[in-house]
Amino acid sequence: MSEHTIKRYEDELNLLKQKVIAMGGLVEKAVRRSMKSLLELDAKRARKVIERDSAINTLELQIDEMTRKILALRQPAAGDLRFIMTTIKIVTDLERTGDMAEAIAETMLQSEDHPLTHLASLQAMAEKAISQLKDALDCFARGDLHLALSIIQKDGAMDLMFKSLQRETLTYMMEDHREISTGLLAYSIGKNLERIGDHAVNIAEMVIYMVSSHDVRHLNHEAASKLLNLQTPTE
Amino acid sequence: MNKEANNFLHQGANPRKRKRERADTRFRWYGLIALGLALSFLVFFFVDIIGQALPAFKQTEVLVSVNYTEEAKSNYNRAVEHKLTHIVSRAWLRTIPAYLEAHPEAVGTSHDEWVPADSRVDQYVKKHEGHGLKSKYQKEVDALQQEGKVRSSFNIAFFETGDSKMPENAGILAAAVGSVFTLLITMLVAVPIGVMTAIYLEEFATDNRFTRLIEVNINNLAAIPSILYGLLGLAIFISFMGVPRSSALAGGLTLALMTLPLIIIATRAALRAVPESIREAAYGLGASSLQTVWHHVLPLAMPGILTGSIIGLAQAMGETAPLIIVGMMAYIPEPPSSILEATTVLPAQVYTWSTESMHGYIERTAAGILVLLTVLLSLNAMAVRLRNRSEKTW
Amino acid sequence: MSTNLETKISIRDLKLWYGSYEALHGIDLDIYSGKVTAFIGPSGCGKSTFLRTLNRMNDRIQGCKVEGKILLEGNDIYAPQVDVVQLRTHVGMVFQKPNPFPKSIYENVAYAPRIHGMVQDGPEMDELVETALKKASIWNEVKDKLHQPGTALSGGQQQRLCIARTIAVQPDVILMDEPCSALDPIATAKIEELMDELKQEYTIVIVTHNMQQAARVSDYTAYFYLGDLIEFGETQQIFTAPSNKKTEDYITGRFG
Repeated sequence: MSEHTIKRYEDELNLLKQKVIAMGGLVEKAVRRSMKSLLELDAKRARKVIERDSAINTLELQIDEMTRKILALRQPAAGDLRFIMTTIKIVTDLERTGDMAEAIAETMLQSEDHPLTHLASLQAMAEKAISQLKDALDCFARGDLHLALSIIQKDGAMDLMFKSLQRETLTYMMEDHREISTGLLAYSIGKNLERIGDHAVNIAEMVIYMVSSHDVRHLNHEAASKLLNLQTPTE
Repeated sequence: MNKEANNFLHQGANPRKRKRERADTRFRWYGLIALGLALSFLVFFFVDIIGQALPAFKQTEVLVSVNYTEEAKSNYNRAVEHKLTHIVSRAWLRTIPAYLEAHPEAVGTSHDEWVPADSRVDQYVKKHEGHGLKSKYQKEVDALQQEGKVRSSFNIAFFETGDSKMPENAGILAAAVGSVFTLLITMLVAVPIGVMTAIYLEEFATDNRFTRLIEVNINNLAAIPSILYGLLGLAIFISFMGVPRSSALAGGLTLALMTLPLIIIATRAALRAVPESIREAAYGLGASSLQTVWHHVLPLAMPGILTGSIIGLAQAMGETAPLIIVGMMAYIPEPPSSILEATTVLPAQVYTWSTESMHGYIERTAAGILVLLTVLLSLNAMAVRLRNRSEKTW
Repeated sequence: MSTNLETKISIRDLKLWYGSYEALHGIDLDIYSGKVTAFIGPSGCGKSTFLRTLNRMNDRIQGCKVEGKILLEGNDIYAPQVDVVQLRTHVGMVFQKPNPFPKSIYENVAYAPRIHGMVQDGPEMDELVETALKKASIWNEVKDKLHQPGTALSGGQQQRLCIARTIAVQPDVILMDEPCSALDPIATAKIEELMDELKQEYTIVIVTHNMQQAARVSDYTAYFYLGDLIEFGETQQIFTAPSNKKTEDYITGRFG
């Protein structure tokens, strides 16, 4: 897209985008760290995640302030308007994802007395969630419609993994009631990871709106790609 | 560059500032001097004219006993004492037979009357150099003055008579009436034609080579020496159309030719000053071209048109050169009664008097100029008033 | 998409020349009845020129040639038998600079009905003037000074007076050529509010340089660039998701 006639406006939009990407980076790191602390039983790392959540919150406030200012002073239209709308929505998703990472870290700290189980399934889920989140941030940064669509497509796999974790923990808990406390912890971590995946999908949907102006929320992947007239590259 | 000299906060002496201020002051003084010069010429002119003209509005009169005898009917010199025949105005004496014809009951009576003095006596009483009064008559006049039989009164005759070979009887009436007739014809011909031409060129004509050519020509016509219009008038109106020579019609038509370009230019300027938005408003409401011009453009341009027309007419009024050619520089003792009669106009009259040798005509020349100036200045004042009134915003 | 759209003016392949310069290169556009249509675009894009073809105000410009069709309710307004005077009573116009006649407020409104012989002077005319001034939302401000000059009003009031003057001949369409460009924001807001009311009865076409204004007042927006109609659509769509990149660049301020 060509440059704005008003240079400062252009700079503001660029800065805003960089802030969102930076916030995304922090969130992604928090999720990674919280999972690592869990898998490696590293309480110190978990505390660090909790501490650093405030940095994410600060960025959220800064971004909100910037979008407010641009809306009031620049009256963005068309593509710029969609970018601002997307930013407002994405920031909320990112902040929630940060909260998820914090929750996982807190769960880890709680679980110090009870060694965690189901780690293999959780690790698989975490990898998937992190990759979805990373892709979501990439597609925002690059305005990549194909990548965004593939995130929506892959969300089904994430749901399946959570369902199987659910069954797994339930089976263990029914077999042995001593498993209940650790099972519940694993379940809640899985739930958090599944939510992270959902937020990644939200981000991808907003990116699609930002780039194409089509609203694909609450549509399934087929309907969305039909609306966009795009073929998702098969993996 | 010297940074310090550029510093506007610099408190000390700043040579460049002083130099600049001195240049400003000098420039102001040049302007004042030029203005003063122009003003002093004007004042000199007015003082001179008014000083010379004022005595013309006074006429010396002498108290004589007039005998309306039967004899006076045939020889008017007998109506007064013989020694007074060179003291009183000959022009007055000549009116006696006609008066007696008209009033037979006056025959045989005798009255003491204040009668106008001869021009030379008048000049002598006014103590003008070169009065030309012989010394024996001077004594008579001195004697009459001592008896209180000489007085000075307002010269009403100046406004009531036409030209005359006797200065004490020469007035501007004939020329003034001639001027009014001539100007009326000029106005009736030049204003409608000029305004219509301007309206056509400004509001209706398309912009092409032909209209541009006309435009250039009109602008050039306004700058042509006025005497050429006299030649044109002579050729067209007198030779070709057979209008009587020296008549107000011939003069008026000739002056109309001369005034037309001025009126056209002034009217076009006035029309152009009407904002385009007014025309758009009218057209936008579905007004036709005629309605737009007639209802909106013309009323707004009217003060400007009137101003231009008045100034054009004022110029025509002061014009002499073209009128010489159409024969209006003539001796006209009687005011014309129609536009076809031979007539003269004010500036021509002034010129005629200025060429006379008798001293009594000098002050009449000045008085004529004063009357002409008064009329012209009032016309211009009217134009300025109209222009001021037109300077409203819309 | 709203339904029951009725086309008021239909423009087909409209080309316009000033002398040998082609200012409009074949415009196709439908203007819908009872809607506000805004024309936007950078200076010199032909939007004002195009607006003026709709009531043939361009006729006055020498060397201006029009080709193509403009159908007002199916009738070609450039057909040879068309009476331009009658056309302009159907398609009224409000100009950029408020231009009331230097006459009284009453006379400003009564002028057009009088020259078109719509009503006689007298109570009927009084009523017509009052109705027009009321519709233009200026009655309350001027009812006590109907015989004072219209030029003594404020800029915004003058512009509403001009609208009243246009309404007085009961047109179908009102063309507005940057009607608020000389007005302050409050006066502008009043005119915008007025347009919203007027579109119940009239079809309005407005040319504006102020994109926010186009966004606020119009139902449909047409973007012109260099004598071409680049994009036409519902205003909401044009301002959130224009389909043409040129429109996008102009609307977001990336033009040039």
